Amino acid sequence: MAVVAKFEIHYTQFLDPHGKAVAPLPAFARNAQILAGLYRWMVLMRTYDAKAIALQRTGQIGTFSSLLGKEAVDAGIGSAMAQDDVLLMTYRENGVQLMRGVTMKELFLYWGGDERGNDFSEAAGDFPICITIAAHATHAVGVACAMKLRRERRVAVCALGDGATSKGDFYEAINAAGVWKLPLVFVVTNNHWAISVPREKQSAAQTLAQKAIAAGFEGLQVDGNDVIAVRHAMEQALAKARSGGGPTLIEAVTYRLADHTTADDATRYRSPDVVAEAWKHEPILRLRAYLMACGEWDKAQEDALLKECNEQVQAAAQAYLDTPPPTAEQMFDHLYATLPAALQKQRAAALGDE
Amino acid sequence: MAQITLVEAINLALAREMERDPGVVVLGQDVGVDGGVFRATLGLIGRFGPERVIDTPLAEALIAGMTIGMAVEGLKPVAEIQFSGFAYTVIDQIINHAGRMRHRTRGRLTCPMVLRTPCGAGIHAPEHHSESPEAMFAHIPGIRVIYPSSPRRAYGLLLAAIRDPDPVVFLEPTRLYRLFKEEVVDNGEALALDACFTLREGSDITLVTWGPMVPETLAAADELAEQGVSAEVVDVATLKPLDMETILASVARTGRCVVITEAARTCSYASEIAANLAGEGLLTLLAPVQRVTGYDVVVPFARLEHQYIPGKARIVTAAKKALAFS
Repeated sequence: MAVVAKFEIHYTQFLDPHGKAVAPLPAFARNAQILAGLYRWMVLMRTYDAKAIALQRTGQIGTFSSLLGKEAVDAGIGSAMAQDDVLLMTYRENGVQLMRGVTMKELFLYWGGDERGNDFSEAAGDFPICITIAAHATHAVGVACAMKLRRERRVAVCALGDGATSKGDFYEAINAAGVWKLPLVFVVTNNHWAISVPREKQSAAQTLAQKAIAAGFEGLQVDGNDVIAVRHAMEQALAKARSGGGPTLIEAVTYRLADHTTADDATRYRSPDVVAEAWKHEPILRLRAYLMACGEWDKAQEDALLKECNEQVQAAAQAYLDTPPPTAEQMFDHLYATLPAALQKQRAAALGDE
Repeated sequence: MAQITLVEAINLALAREMERDPGVVVLGQDVGVDGGVFRATLGLIGRFGPERVIDTPLAEALIAGMTIGMAVEGLKPVAEIQFSGFAYTVIDQIINHAGRMRHRTRGRLTCPMVLRTPCGAGIHAPEHHSESPEAMFAHIPGIRVIYPSSPRRAYGLLLAAIRDPDPVVFLEPTRLYRLFKEEVVDNGEALALDACFTLREGSDITLVTWGPMVPETLAAADELAEQGVSAEVVDVATLKPLDMETILASVARTGRCVVITEAARTCSYASEIAANLAGEGLLTLLAPVQRVTGYDVVVPFARLEHQYIPGKARIVTAAKKALAFS
């Protein structure tokens, strides 16, 4: 009997949970300014996240899905992408969106139930948040096809969760991306939970990264709590995609430290002990420990950063709260390039003109 | 001038628009080398190359989803879903994404795409190949639904669909693909996407239909004419948005109306038109609106399909019932 195929999945980690370097750092990570910059973003994301939950708890936005625990994944993606790349994401990538220039006010508007939050002032080619799981993986194939057809050096980045890798849309998308060798990077955030269903009940595959092997391209795993590992993998995958090397699937292994959304109560299905253990691996702690051990961060800087982040988040929340509510005609605006005659009567009725 | 079939007219429009606009790409299962299972894309790969005429993997959700991605990214994709029964899978993408991309991004992103699929029964096809899903698509906000019934209208409407800035579901009647030929001038002229076609003028009754039922309806009008009844025939080729004004104006003149579709009756598009007539044209009606539709049953296998599809006799009977009412 002959072996006709075999594969390996590599796992990359540079910083352990204590902030100790366990492997030689890639070039960017030897620049303390860059690492401090990533750290600042991650703290800003967490501050934003806490504010969003507070706004939800006080009835000022709707259901919100927290990114708590995946700050390193978002910072790794966001710092590696070029501005004219296209991001296609789920509802848990607000951190990447912030790094791409989507404003907190826009994000609060979105979660507050206002379509204007999707009218990004920056990153205007990025897709809106995809709520229907993995549908955007097929959109990413189309985006990458267009880029390839036009011989551009841009890349589509599709961010998904572990649950999404069970969907047909995901398999259909990775399959096509492999066939056409598309400039497309799939980043699967494996946070171990799809609402209440744990990772081991999603798939019997040993890793989610290996699903890429079946589609004919490279899959790899990184420590999703280590921003250096995520960014390094992203940089390599993006460079490969830009130079015609085709797609990559990065499985970033992390842990969902929050409930699925503010409408969820995770204590119904998982033990607080497990979550407490996961907190020991969280991404901000280890980067701070590393920076402090290197003498590149101190308490004064930390205090100043927290103050700065809080001010920024408060100002954005206020700007959101000060935004006049949408009016009824906005239901009809932008439905078509030109509102069909058949809908003009309904619009008039909605406005009370009829 | 060339006399061509409906499927040849589709091919002609695709080629014309691919020639005119380098952003137009065609994709789907077997659309490349094979030219499509109905040959609607015949020869395109030779003229425009495999980058613009894309044979996809066998995955309908992928086809619909990547079409959306291409459209948002600035191309003008025209996707083919091979058979109507396989189009149900893509309704998710059309409802959740294509139809609301412009709306949910406040116009920041748009989705100028066409999704073509052959529809209707009557060609002795296998299961799942004879569906009439027009009402399902017409229920979706933010899209257009087109269902032509002649080579000329197919040509002009497909050009318009490709040029339209919003998503268009373009349904093609398989049993009319090669039923008759018509002269089509390949002049690149598009037809309006929001107007019914009055195919025959009449004064006693209005017959409203679209897609594959148009020839049967015209035949019914002929038979009625032999019996001294002047029937007007309105083709609602542009199902959504609906040009109700043309139908209301016709019924205002005739006072009687039969709406014909081969789709199952309940919640069919005939029901929508009948409801609009009741709501906006009641005082012009001299008789209850008749619906001639498929039965509320699963489209039967090939041996019974001609007993399912409403034929000329059922249309004539319904018209007589409307005419007899007083």
